This record gives sequence, C-alpha cells and structure tokens, in this order.
Amino acid sequence: MSKYIVSSSPHIANRRTVTGIMLEVLIALAPAVVASVIFYGFYALFLEIFSVGAAVGTEALYNRIMKKEQTVKDCSAMVTGLLLALNIPVSAPFYVPVIGSAFAIIFVKMLFGGIGKNFANPAITARIFLLLAWASVMTTFVKPIVWAGGAKEIFKYFACIVKGPSGLGDVAAVTSATPLASLREGAEKVKDLPVLAMFLGKTGGSLGETSALAVLIGGVYLMIRRIIDWRVPTVYLATVALFALIYGAAKGAVGAYILPSLLGGGLMLGAFFMATDYATSPNTKTGLVVYAVGLGLITSLIRFFGNYPEGVSFAILLMNIVTPFIDKFIRPRPFGFVKQGKGGAK
Amino acid sequence: MKSNRLNTLTNGIVKSNPTFRLVLGTCPTLAVTTQAINGLAMGAAVTFVLLCSNVMISLLKKVIPNRVRIPAYVVIIATFVTVVQMVMQKFLPSLYDALGVFLPLIVVNCIILARAEAFASCNPVLDSALDGIGMGVGFTLSLTLIGIVREVLGAGSIFGAPIGSLGNVSMTIFILPAGGFLVYGTLMAVVNYLMRLSEERKINALHSMPENDEEEVGA
Repeated sequence: MSKYIVSSSPHIANRRTVTGIMLEVLIALAPAVVASVIFYGFYALFLEIFSVGAAVGTEALYNRIMKKEQTVKDCSAMVTGLLLALNIPVSAPFYVPVIGSAFAIIFVKMLFGGIGKNFANPAITARIFLLLAWASVMTTFVKPIVWAGGAKEIFKYFACIVKGPSGLGDVAAVTSATPLASLREGAEKVKDLPVLAMFLGKTGGSLGETSALAVLIGGVYLMIRRIIDWRVPTVYLATVALFALIYGAAKGAVGAYILPSLLGGGLMLGAFFMATDYATSPNTKTGLVVYAVGLGLITSLIRFFGNYPEGVSFAILLMNIVTPFIDKFIRPRPFGFVKQGKGGAK
Repeated sequence: MKSNRLNTLTNGIVKSNPTFRLVLGTCPTLAVTTQAINGLAMGAAVTFVLLCSNVMISLLKKVIPNRVRIPAYVVIIATFVTVVQMVMQKFLPSLYDALGVFLPLIVVNCIILARAEAFASCNPVLDSALDGIGMGVGFTLSLTLIGIVREVLGAGSIFGAPIGSLGNVSMTIFILPAGGFLVYGTLMAVVNYLMRLSEERKINALHSMPENDEEEVGA
C-alpha cells in the first residue's frame, strides 16, 4: 500500500487498523475457545489449531501463487479459521476443518478480491458447505466430557481424528439430541429443557455453540470496545425471542420457547461474531436494524417450520446476499438535507 | 480449403467449446453431470441430434421460409430427439431414467438451436455436419469431465467403479446442485486460463510474422 491515499471527504481519523480489530475479535473468542476445551477436551483445541492453520496457510499460498500482496498479517484469516472451527462438532475428523477453511478462504474470500470484498461471511458459507458435504459428521453431536472421568476423558475425542464419530465406537451411545431438535417436538418437551445447562454449555453442540455464556462474554466485550454495532445482535436476538413468544403462545406455552430459542444452536455465535462482519452487513443504522430483523425472522422460520433443525447459518448467508439491496434502498440523509414534502421548507 | 474443414471440426472441441467457451446448454450441464456416465450419455445424445439436425437444416436452408425458421428448426430437432429418446428407452433404460426430463428437453437445448441458426442455416452440408460433430464432441467431453470431477469428489467413484475407500470421505455437496455450480465455475476458470496462456504464446510466436487471423464463426 502506498503511504498517501487520496480520497474525498468526509475523512475519519482513528487509530483502528484491520489487524487491531481482528486481534480484538480473537480476544473476544478466547472464552469460547477455553469453554470448548473445558467441555470437549484437547481434541477441540487440536481442531481449532488445524482450522486456523489451514486458513492462514491457504491465504498465504493463494497470494504467493497469484503474485498478490501478502495479506495474512491482518489476522482476518485467523478469525475466519477460528470461527469455522467453533462451528464444527468435536466428533469431526481433522480434514473437515482443513477443507472448510480452504474453501472459505479461496472460494468465498480471495476469489472475490480478499478482505472487505467478500459477498458473504467466509466462515458461515464454509459451514454450510461442510453441512452439505458431510451432513452426518456436521449433525452428530456428542456429550461434553465428564471431568470426574479422569485423564482418559480429556483425550477421548482424539478417537475421531480420521474416522469421525464412528471412531468413538457405538455412536448411538454418545450422540446427544440437541435442545434445538426438541423445539419442534411440542410444548411438553420444551418445558423440560435444561435451560441452565444450555446457558453454561453442558448440552451437545458444536465447539463454540455449546456455551452461550462464553460467547456472550466475548460478544459483550466487542460491543463495549465498539468493534461491533450493538444493533445487530440485540435486534437479532430480540426478533428471535419475539417469534418464540408468539409461537409459544400459539402452542399454549407462553414463554417456554424463548430461552431455549435464544440459548440453543449457533444463535449467540452467529449474532455476535458472524452477522456483524463489516463487509457483509449494511452501512446505515436503519439498514442494520432491517438486516437484523430479517436474520431473526429467517432463523425462526427455518427452526420452527423448515427441514433443518438450525437456521442461523442460512439466515446469515441469505441476509448477506440481501445486504447490497438494503444499502441501495436505505440511504443515509445527507447533512443539512431537508425533506421536500407537504408543508416542508420551500 | 482442407485446413478450413479441419478448423470447423475442431472449433467446437476447444476454441468455441459450447460448455466452457460459449456457455451454452448450461441447464443440462449442471443437472445431469452428477455421474460421469450421465454426462457421457447426455453428450452422446446431443451429438447425435446436433449432427442430424445440422445436416437436415443445411439441406433445407433454401426451402425454409425465413419468418418461420425457428418453429421449423424445432420440428426438425424434435424429430431426432424423439428417435434418441425411444432408442434409449428400449436399450438403455437405466440411463433413460437417470437423464429423466433433460432428454426430451434437448429439443430446446440452446447449443443445437444456436448451431442451427448461426452455422447450419448458412453453410454447406458437409461443413454443417463437421460443425455438428465438433460441437457435439466438445459438449460430450466437457460434460464427462464435469461428471468425473463431481463423481470422484461426491461419491468416491469413477464411471460407477469405487476408488479405494474414497467413498468414506466423499463430499455429498458435489452431487447436489450447489456442487455442480462450484465445479462448473472452477473448470471454466481453468479452461479460460489455459486458453489465454496458449493465445498469448501464439501471439508471441506470430509477432514477427504477418497477420493471418481467420474470422471466427460462432454464436
């Protein structure tokens, strides 16, 4: 990059750099990483390292082969790799995050021009790619480890390294139904859901979805540091809660659906870390609200009426694609502009 | 004159490959290439129809009134498609089922209409036949290539024969429509990159020689 950049006003000066922002996101993801190791042992960390390594390596290699400026130093590939790993269940074999990260970097990010030019969030698109590629691996969730079980438990999931869930032997014994799957099984089932366990992370799920608390800590950190706009997660979660309230009322269990809907699946991770990608969310405040409402509606519709148990990733991908249109129709009002209407200034 | 004829034949295979260069007939390309054998069968069917319709249209080009030429072409093409369909149903019932609705849809395949309109309607019979064969072979090769890539990645087999234990780690997405778009796009990028390389090499070689470029006949 050249040292002097010529551009038109307005000029905003601050000390924020891409690298700085990405490092903040990595810090915010730290609680989720720690939680994944606590609940799934060291194999979780192994998957995360593999995923990050593959993402960074692919970007470096791509830039080298295409003779482009080396961009791995901005750490955005690390964020993509880590987010993707947090979207994968612990029973996945090692090549799943590797291929997913390579797909995210090459097909979603670099082919469209690199950071800031991607049409959709690379991590979420790669998650959908993996879901369609290895459906059974991506939807087999195992129970979190029990620390009282001793050292063996900590290394238990290394058995999945090549064979995936079937490496664990009797899969049926370790597979746990996710709370989300229970959402469609009637109000009685929903009332029995262990809400506190879902909040802490003692139910089955992917690495980063397990503990809503850990993701929430990171998300609040990002909002306080003003890295992400508070509107997207807040409005997104509110829309999902409202939909769950209405759905619950229709099923005769007002309120029973709200907490499981908010705490289950990848909603927290998606709302705080993936829906808030700068390049793929609208530029205006009103646009962000419209975007977040759309996310909430699509997520809830897929969850309650669709074929897939989880709708967060599809919702984010769809709204990412709609983002340019939101920006087209919702324009910021220029400073000093007065609307020409009835009784307005002439 | 002889090299001209050869050019007409090879034009469709590489330079104006209907799938990767002209981007015609993308609908069957994406829909039937879940397996290599399907791509091959689709390509063979289209080649037959293309050859026969090109010859027929070239023969009738003075008879067909200009105003109703498209309906006339479609009637000719539909005749040959019906022949293919009946032969396949009788002798290759499993392929007939696999290709499904895309077999009768060859009638409106844009490669065939495009070659009829752009080539056969204004060229002699022999050239039209060569063009039909070239385009058909190009289409067949492209579809088989896409089919092989999708089958190897998506099902771990090639022409139905499993490759080792690759089937255990195969990625279902490549058999789904999304995978079709992925493979098609990637292969198109690769083919166009290779074409550009060879063109650049040709330009460099011809740099000192006098220009003798031929006009490309295509849609």
